[in-house]
Amino acid sequence: MTRVTKFAARDPGPAARMAGFVAHLRDNGLRLGVGETGLALQALAQINAANPNDARRALKSVFTGCAEEAAQFDGLFNSFWMNGGRVKTRMMPTATPSQSDNIQSTREARGETSGSSGDISTPDGGTGEAESDGEGKLVATDVANLFKKDLRDLVQPEDIAEAEQIALRLGAALRDRRSRRRKAARKGDQIHFRKVMRQSLATGGEPFTLPKRQRPDRTLRITAICDVSGSMTVYSRIFLAFLAGLMRADARADAYLFHTRLVRITEALRDKDALRALARLSLLADGFAGGSRIGDSLDSFAATYGRRFVDNRTVVMILSDGYDTGAPERISDALVRLKQRGCKIIWLNPLKGWDGYAPTARAMAGALPHLDLFRAANTLDDLAALETELARL
Amino acid sequence: MTWTTLQTAMAEQGYIASGDLAMALHLSLSLGRPLLLEGAAGVGKTEVARVLAAVQDTQLIRLQCYEGLDAAQAIYEWNYQRQLLAIRAASEDGETGKTVEARIFSDEFLLERPLLKAIRQDKAPVLLIDEIDRADEEFEAYLLEILSEFQVTIPEMGTISATTRPMVILTANGTRDLSDALRRRCLYAHVPYPDLETELSILVTRYPDITDRLCAQIVAFVQSLRKQELEKKPGIAEMLDFAAALMGLGVADLTEDPAILHATLATLLKTQRDRDAIPTEIAQRLAGKAA
Repeated sequence: MTRVTKFAARDPGPAARMAGFVAHLRDNGLRLGVGETGLALQALAQINAANPNDARRALKSVFTGCAEEAAQFDGLFNSFWMNGGRVKTRMMPTATPSQSDNIQSTREARGETSGSSGDISTPDGGTGEAESDGEGKLVATDVANLFKKDLRDLVQPEDIAEAEQIALRLGAALRDRRSRRRKAARKGDQIHFRKVMRQSLATGGEPFTLPKRQRPDRTLRITAICDVSGSMTVYSRIFLAFLAGLMRADARADAYLFHTRLVRITEALRDKDALRALARLSLLADGFAGGSRIGDSLDSFAATYGRRFVDNRTVVMILSDGYDTGAPERISDALVRLKQRGCKIIWLNPLKGWDGYAPTARAMAGALPHLDLFRAANTLDDLAALETELARL
Repeated sequence: MTWTTLQTAMAEQGYIASGDLAMALHLSLSLGRPLLLEGAAGVGKTEVARVLAAVQDTQLIRLQCYEGLDAAQAIYEWNYQRQLLAIRAASEDGETGKTVEARIFSDEFLLERPLLKAIRQDKAPVLLIDEIDRADEEFEAYLLEILSEFQVTIPEMGTISATTRPMVILTANGTRDLSDALRRRCLYAHVPYPDLETELSILVTRYPDITDRLCAQIVAFVQSLRKQELEKKPGIAEMLDFAAALMGLGVADLTEDPAILHATLATLLKTQRDRDAIPTEIAQRLAGKAA
């Protein structure tokens, strides 16, 4: 059995050790506040804290909040408290100077891990952003394109105006999602008894008016994620116009671009001047028409923006051809994670419009079971035709 | 009470709790914090609350969540029909407006729903908020308020504070992610599928007259079935149904009759795809390994 960590003689006491442990957990990605530290100390007071097994179980129930954290916890506990009897001075919160406070260089702070890409002396496998010939293995779709493309050449203002109309109609189609919670309404299907009572008091208990209540229509938010990798270049014009229109039509919609990484373009596209919006977009979409990493991009979406902006009243619309250079499981894993937030997922694939197209791209095949709707779209007319389908979601 | 005595007390009520779960329950009781239980369907999350109520010798109040659950169904509702009648009757008797109003907005006309009921008990009950992830996020936010303050405000009556703090258990099985705020407010325990020994003792506790041989076979078979690629893995309740079916049919050995094994699989596999995924030959092979 591993031995219990011996702390330094100068150790300020159990509270500081607990704070050190919480810092250790935070370093490993658990989201914990100050409150949990106090709660943990209270919890230890309720049990035989000298028994490591009891303490582990107690701290586990306090510090973890989901299945992944619970699975990870035992290892983290052992690495801090059962460290084979080594003296651990640096685990004291006071004894660990925060690196970022006094060291300015980002290279120092990131240490060894920063050497993964973009380093002159170490060529990598060509999966990074800017390599031209790392190992002489130049795979066209695997490398980000650094030539700046002016999107104003691609997208015409007329397209945006048309797309805006379509986006408005699509938004209206999606709006029709009924809630089960009823609200007061002029023409409702149920009597609002609470109001009846209130109003009848004024007339001596005689209910003269019958206020009604109804299920309100709850709006669905559209979150569009558009693939602008090399293989999608021909369709980008349509899709970007659509996104620009969508942003202008629906104040709650959200838009993202991805090629080898994910960029949020909502703010840029909301610019009042349509052309300036595209100019701002060109600056953001550095790497436009380069390689595509759908899996990684969707995964980072699910892990970052998805946690904040996606809920059960969201429709995630993915505009991509499904040609991915990453592992196909990444896509389905990311979609599963997104799905867990309760959203609907629509995938619009320009290639589906081709005769005899079957979703043979491995990535696409893996994604199919998680999609609520999988349709072709490569013109604005196609997008407009989606209206009826979306209404059925 | 320490966590081990709680574990023993629960075992006496027929629930075999793992160390992690017993500790989480013990802390939740002694610190007065709600406990969030997460795990696949059919691992006995709801049962924990029932057994805990039995151990504490108190009432179990259950709130089943669903999409669109609102305050009127979760907290309180006025009995409008009775109120209307009372107003009519009062006007016949010539009662004045003030006294009528005081009367119809009193306890007599209040319909308690689970959350209000739970904070108005003389003896602290166990409050089970089942499948919280099915309720929508607005309700989750409201629940947070009640779980931290333990008081309910009714506009017509004022604020009702808890007479006793209920022991709150929330369950979730991942229909959607819960908010971080709710997770932070609660202690947490993940309830996994039981391991071999735990499941054996669950089966023996429930059906004391089962033969050792059949018992070991059933548990080993169900455990190997859970390792297969299935849409819906069989839970403990399914395992118990399976055992009951086999015992009812007088089977002494899982491998003796493939037809019976195939028929009784209906208690374990509940979707067409899962039935197709485990044809008779595979079921027999698994049963053979289990034996």
